[in-house]
Amino acid sequence: MTPIEVITQALELIAAVTVAPLFLGWINQCRAWLQNRSAPSLWLPYRGIRKLFHKDALLAENASGLFRIAPYVVFGAMVVAAAIIPSMGTRLPLTSAADAIALVGLLATARVFQSLAAMDIGTAFGSLGARREMMVGFLAEPALLMIIFVASLISATTALPAITENLATQALGLYPSLAFTGVAFTLVLLAENARIPIDNPATHLELTMIHEAMLLEYSARHLALMEWAAALKLFNYACIGFALFVPWGISTHASGPAALLASIPLLGIKLAGAGLGLALIETVSAKLRVFRAPEFLAVAFLFAVLGLLVHLLLGS
Amino acid sequence: MVTVVPASLNVCVALVGLLGLIGLAGLLRPMSVGWNTALFPLGAVCGVALAWNAAAQIGAPPQTLTLPIGLPDLPMHLRLDALARVFLLLLGATSSAVSIYYAGYFRREHGNGPGLLCLQYHLFLASMGLVLLADDAYAFMVGWECMALSSYFLVTAQHRVPEIRQAGFLYLLMAHVGAIAILLSFGVMQGGSWQFTFDAMRSAQLAPARAAAAFLLALLGFGGKAGLVPLHVWLPEAHPAAPSPVSALLSGVMLKTAVYGVLRVTFDLLGASVWWWGLVPLAVGLFSAVYGAVFAAVQTDMKRLLAYSSIENLGIVFSAFGLALVFRGVGMASLAALALVALLYHSLNHAFIKSLLFLGTGAVLHSTGERNLGRLGGLIHRMPWVAWLTLIGALAMAGLPPLNGFVSEWLLLQAFLFAHEVPRSFVNMLLPLGAAILALAAALAGYVMVKFFGVIFLGQPRETALERAHDAGAFERAGLAVLALACLALGLFPTHLVGLLRVVVQQFTGLALPPQTAPWWLLVPLPDRRASYSGLILLIAIAAVVIVTLLAVRHFYHRRVRRVPAWDCGFGGLNARMQDTAEGFGQPIRHVFGSFFAMQRELPSPFDRTPQYRVTVGDRIWRGLYLPLETLVQRAANAVARLQQGRIATYLLYSFITLVTLLALVL
Repeated sequence: MTPIEVITQALELIAAVTVAPLFLGWINQCRAWLQNRSAPSLWLPYRGIRKLFHKDALLAENASGLFRIAPYVVFGAMVVAAAIIPSMGTRLPLTSAADAIALVGLLATARVFQSLAAMDIGTAFGSLGARREMMVGFLAEPALLMIIFVASLISATTALPAITENLATQALGLYPSLAFTGVAFTLVLLAENARIPIDNPATHLELTMIHEAMLLEYSARHLALMEWAAALKLFNYACIGFALFVPWGISTHASGPAALLASIPLLGIKLAGAGLGLALIETVSAKLRVFRAPEFLAVAFLFAVLGLLVHLLLGS
Repeated sequence: MVTVVPASLNVCVALVGLLGLIGLAGLLRPMSVGWNTALFPLGAVCGVALAWNAAAQIGAPPQTLTLPIGLPDLPMHLRLDALARVFLLLLGATSSAVSIYYAGYFRREHGNGPGLLCLQYHLFLASMGLVLLADDAYAFMVGWECMALSSYFLVTAQHRVPEIRQAGFLYLLMAHVGAIAILLSFGVMQGGSWQFTFDAMRSAQLAPARAAAAFLLALLGFGGKAGLVPLHVWLPEAHPAAPSPVSALLSGVMLKTAVYGVLRVTFDLLGASVWWWGLVPLAVGLFSAVYGAVFAAVQTDMKRLLAYSSIENLGIVFSAFGLALVFRGVGMASLAALALVALLYHSLNHAFIKSLLFLGTGAVLHSTGERNLGRLGGLIHRMPWVAWLTLIGALAMAGLPPLNGFVSEWLLLQAFLFAHEVPRSFVNMLLPLGAAILALAAALAGYVMVKFFGVIFLGQPRETALERAHDAGAFERAGLAVLALACLALGLFPTHLVGLLRVVVQQFTGLALPPQTAPWWLLVPLPDRRASYSGLILLIAIAAVVIVTLLAVRHFYHRRVRRVPAWDCGFGGLNARMQDTAEGFGQPIRHVFGSFFAMQRELPSPFDRTPQYRVTVGDRIWRGLYLPLETLVQRAANAVARLQQGRIATYLLYSFITLVTLLALVL
């Protein structure tokens, strides 16, 4: 491990953990602007997390050890996922331990633990949320894998830094296959992160919710970790999107420390743009009924498969 | 008559014989629980010795032995090569854990006595050993039939229950239909030489059409044993009917003998490499994978759920087999080797994981007497050992890193990813879609496992009787722990096993993975593809983050916890019936995959005093294929029955007519 590898790895880790709530705050702010409301503070997610950490944890009487350990596991999985997605540089030592498929597996691990924890207390809401989350999961996971496959086929590897580097260093040619998968990825991102039109992050209406239903029994530090992990998940998905579709400006093996420095503000700009785009999508679309979600995700899967076929047909 | 015998094969034969003897010893005191409890750990020792003997010299050259028993002109030929060793390793390791568990599993219950069970169980193990060692069609079929029969008696251990008798009959029927196909396949493969040793089959030159026929017959026979759709119907009936340790062996080990058989026939005996052969198992395997997972998700019986999940996993194994055939047929040696390594890895994984899960359900069944998911729940408080050990199995079965289920799926996906390089147009476009189907099956497995674990062990107990549930005994815990450790070890240290399997594949098929240059903690199957994985590092990284977070939270804030009643949005009056039932948890699957099922719904009318909602989910294949087939057989039997008059004069007339006809034909 060279110093620059250690620095890149540490930088990405710290950036992900600290910036993720800000990204969420930014999306909320953009959404408020677009919807003609007065925006909440950009720092509101941080304040929420801090407040929750200070509170006493209330545990249901029949909560098992799994319920208590799950927030830490989910948070841990998300942090490790953040460490293996090239968001600023591709010199990440941890990426040798996990490629793109393992990244999908890591996200699935977090999902399974979250769902199991939701079933632990035995409330109607918890198991409802777990069931819906797993439904979205088993539809979104193959789609995400296909998206990653298309990018892997272009670069002939599933190693994320190699994919990103390959895409970033090529002349600014547009891959038709990536255009299809880009659409698919956007749909998967919305579904996986409990955004409109699949789920509404701002509601606690029991008929519509997925993600919030799973967290109902959590309080204080456990809830804080779950919320933080959710913010990290959104951040991670955004970074996967950047790594696959807009990798330009990332610091590669060939570039020096200056490129790494330059990639920091660039990531900020990308995140700002992505947040604005997400807020726009959420503003103009309405929430789907839960049983329209399979159709929504089938479209995502279909687009990913189309991307694959386009790649194989056109060879690009 | 005994030829030159190197040590290893001798030891294997002795161990297999010893297993049979242990079974016979059970009959000495057939009703004594204590005596038989002592015999099972002996069987476990044999299993460990078998596994060790196989694994220690996995790459050694093949050894042969001719036993002076058998048919007059066909003595029993035995052979121990790399493929047999890897499956003996699977048999020995899995069965030793199951045997330890079984020692603590005896209870006084109706059905067969412990001595009889001991005999059948150990004969079952010994016959599987014989199948793996056989080197001629005769020995193979003897082992195969002994395996089918002994497992039939194990399945029907509680033969006073009509459903179990029915399940056993269906199993026996399907086993014999499969055995006929295998026998025919051997008949085709001897190629007119009428030599039934495997050596003769290896050297026989078959015309392409005959070779294809032999391959398809073998696929039919072994596919039936492996529970591939549409030959799967016996599996979800028979596996749950058996006592749980036997279910573990049926799913974990016996299904793998089918995998062994199909590998032996295709790569060793036929040796032909026609690339399109692979498309058949590939398509059937992928379909079975999704089919099994979808059906597993809607089951309400925990053992049936696991049985369907076995169909899914064997589907994955057969798709890997098909992929390997395609790759080998078009000359892509290293990718074929990768697919085969993934296949063997997944077979081992499934043996350990599925045994662990079945043994877990056995502990639950003994403690609660319930198999129905709708009457379980909250057992993590009453049975913490079983719950946490089963959790490892459930996570591994869901294919989650850093456990072992992920490693084999990862290897297989890596192989699928480069299937587009197959130089056959059209097919190279379809093959990557296989990866998509595989990913769907894997994601569904996650759904199934959340349902399985969540409904049994989490939530509130759905019946008051569950309050009296107790944790498993020491033997049972030991068996579960061994399997859970195996799952962890195969997940965290995959390079060691991949190194072994690489040798196996190279010796068995001549296909080689490129030499491994990566350090021991990093799995890099194909160095030129740059993809790598390390479960160990992933686990360390996650554990480090978890520990740092835990300490940081405690240091900067506090660790105060208050126990309160569940909040439940403040509604109050929470009771166990408000949780999702197993049916409820399967509802999204019934909705999304509605066309897979033959569903019948009974909705209550608004005026019902005691409203009832009933939904039954059936198998379309059972109704569409097997029931018409049964009607057909029944009609044919009825037609034939007319010949039976019960009068001796009529039968004499039949004999006379036959004689005259034969004379007319001959003369």
